[in-house]
Amino acid sequence: MKATSTKVVASAVTALALVAASCGASDDAADAPAEDAPAEVAAEAPADEPAEPAEEVAEPIKIGIVAPSAENDLAWTQSMVDSVSRVAEGRDVEVAVSGGLFVVQDAAAAIRGYAEDGFDLVIAHGTQFGAPLQEIADDFPEVSFALGTSTDFFGKDNIYAYSVEAGEGGYVNGVMAAQLTQSNVIGVVGPVPAGDAKLYIDGFVAGAEAQNPDVEVNVNYIDSFGDVLLASEAAKAFVESGADVLTGTAQMVVGATGIAAEEGVPWFGTQSNQTDLGTDIVVASQVYHWEVVLNTILDQIAGGKLGGERRDLAQQRWPRDGVQRQLRPRRWY
Amino acid sequence: MGDFFTVSVLVATLASGIRLATPFLLAGLGETIGQRSGVLNLGVEGVMLLGAFSAYYITLETGSAVYGILGAIVVGLLIGLAYAFITLIMQAQQGISGIGIYLFGLGFTDLLFQKNVGTPKPIRGLGEVNIPLLSDIPKVGEIFFQHSLPVYFAFALVPLVWFMINKTTFGLNIRAVGETPEAADTLGVSVNRTRLATILIGSTMASLAGAALALEVGIFQQNLTSGQGFIAIALVYFGAWRSYGVMLGALLFGIVQATVLQLKTLGIVEGANSSLLAMAPAVLTIVVLAIVSRRVAAPGALTRPFDRAA
Repeated sequence: MKATSTKVVASAVTALALVAASCGASDDAADAPAEDAPAEVAAEAPADEPAEPAEEVAEPIKIGIVAPSAENDLAWTQSMVDSVSRVAEGRDVEVAVSGGLFVVQDAAAAIRGYAEDGFDLVIAHGTQFGAPLQEIADDFPEVSFALGTSTDFFGKDNIYAYSVEAGEGGYVNGVMAAQLTQSNVIGVVGPVPAGDAKLYIDGFVAGAEAQNPDVEVNVNYIDSFGDVLLASEAAKAFVESGADVLTGTAQMVVGATGIAAEEGVPWFGTQSNQTDLGTDIVVASQVYHWEVVLNTILDQIAGGKLGGERRDLAQQRWPRDGVQRQLRPRRWY
Repeated sequence: MGDFFTVSVLVATLASGIRLATPFLLAGLGETIGQRSGVLNLGVEGVMLLGAFSAYYITLETGSAVYGILGAIVVGLLIGLAYAFITLIMQAQQGISGIGIYLFGLGFTDLLFQKNVGTPKPIRGLGEVNIPLLSDIPKVGEIFFQHSLPVYFAFALVPLVWFMINKTTFGLNIRAVGETPEAADTLGVSVNRTRLATILIGSTMASLAGAALALEVGIFQQNLTSGQGFIAIALVYFGAWRSYGVMLGALLFGIVQATVLQLKTLGIVEGANSSLLAMAPAVLTIVVLAIVSRRVAAPGALTRPFDRAA
C-alpha cells in the first residue's frame, strides 16, 4: 500500500523552485508567516526560469564561489553552483569554484585570493564565512562580496547578504508528507537548529501539522553537517520508531537517504534536486534558485552598487505564466 | 514524545550503539597494536578516509563490496609502507608525520571523489548477515546477531588481538620493542622490522574501519569520517592499551551516541539540551582519560624512534 502510493507521487516528481522575492533593500526582516503559504502551487508550477538578465557588458564578469562542501553535493553547495551556471546561460560570466572549504580559515584564504585576482563578485556561500569576510571586505573596497545565508551585511557597502525562505518549500513538502504517511509519524534529520535548515524544518513541521493535526513530526538535529553515519543512524531510529516518511537537510543527509532507499521510505529533499539519491523514494525536492538573487545583484554591480543590501529568495511572484492568478495575495506585501 | 524505557527502544539503541562502535573499534585496535610497539600514528583519520574512498569507489565501479574491501586492504598496506618509511627509516617526528598523513587522506580522497565520482552516488552496502540460530533469540539476537560482517569481524578481533599481544612471541616482541627497544635489540629482536609489521597491521585496520563505514552508509562524501579516527586514538588511551579496554571505550562511545540519537528521535530532549547531550561522549572520554592516565603508564618508548647507532 505504502509502496504504491509512493510510486504514484514519485512519478510526478516536483521540483519546487524558490523564485524571486527581490524584497526590500534594507535590513527589515521579511517575517514569513508560513501558515498561508499556498501549498497547491507546488504541484502545478514546475521550476521556472527566472527574470530576464540585464544588458550585456563588454568584459565577462568574474564570479568566484567559496563553499563548504563538494560542488556536487546534491545539497547546499550544488544549489549555488547550479544557480551560477544558470546565470551564465544569460550573461557573459567567468566562474571559478572553490568547494570543500569547511575549514573557515581555508575558505577565508580562498575569498581573499579571488578578491586579489580581480574577481568582480566573490560569493561566500556559508554563514560561517561572515566573520572573516568582514575584514576581507574592508581590504577590497572595489570588489563586491555576497554572503549567505545571512540577514546581515555588517553595514558594509560591498557586501550583499542573501538568504532563503526555506520554510515555504518546507511547508509544501510537509503538506505532501502528511498526505503520504499512514503511520502518522514523520522523521526529520537536521544538522543544527539554525539558518535555512531551521527555516526548512519549521516550515515542514507547520505544513504537516496544518494538513493533518494527528501527524507527529519528530525532528532530530544531529549537531553535525558532515557526520553521515550519525545521519544514517538517526534515520534508522526514525524508521524503527514507526516513521514512514522522512526528510532532512544539509549535506550529511546522504546517510539518511541511504536508509530511506533501503527501507523504501518516501523522502522529501531540499536545497538541490535530490532525485539522484533514490529515484524510487524521492517524492519532491525544494530547489534553491539563487540565480534570481544573483541576477539582481549583478545588475546592481553593473550600475556601480557593490553591496550594502539584503536579498531574500522566496516562493512568490511567479513570472508571467499565469500561475500567479492562483496565488492568494501575500500578507506581508 | 515517546518513552525511552521500553524494550523495543532499548534494543534498537543497543544495536545502534554496536554499529556506531564498529569503526572506532577497528581503528582503535589497529592503533593499539602500533602503540604497544612504540609507534604513534595520528594519521588514522586520513587512512580511514582513504580506505573508505577506495572501498566505496571500487564497489561503485565493480558492484562488488568484496573487491571494495580488498582494495581498502591494499590501500591500507600502501599507506602503512609510506608511514613506516617516514617514521622508521627517515625517523621523522611521529606526531607531525601522522598529521601529514591525515591531511593527505582528507585532501586526496576529496580530490579523487570530485574527479572520479562527483556527485554522491549510493552503492549497495554489505547488508545484514543474521547469524543462524543466535539471531533468532528474542531481543539478544536483535542486539548482537543482526549486523553487517564488519561488525562481527571487529568484535571477533578483540580476543585475537589480546591473544596476539599477550600470548605469542610476536606479541612479546611488540611489547619489548615498545617498552625498551634497546634491550630488545641486544636480544636480537629487530626493532624496525617489528614496528614495520605493527604499522602495516594498524594501517590496514584503519583502512578497513573506513571501508566498514563507507559500506555501512553506502555512500562517500568529503570528510566522511568526520573525526572518528581521532576518537579512535583517544580510545586507545581510554582503554589503557588493552584490546578489551578499547572495546569498552568504543562501546561506551557508540551506545552514548545512540542513546542521544534515540532521545532526540523520540522527542524526549530538544534544543540546547540535545547539544549538551551530544558532547556527553567526549566529556566522558576526557574524564576517564584523566583517571586512567594516573594508573596505567603508556608504552615506555611510545613516539621514540629507534636508532641503533645513537
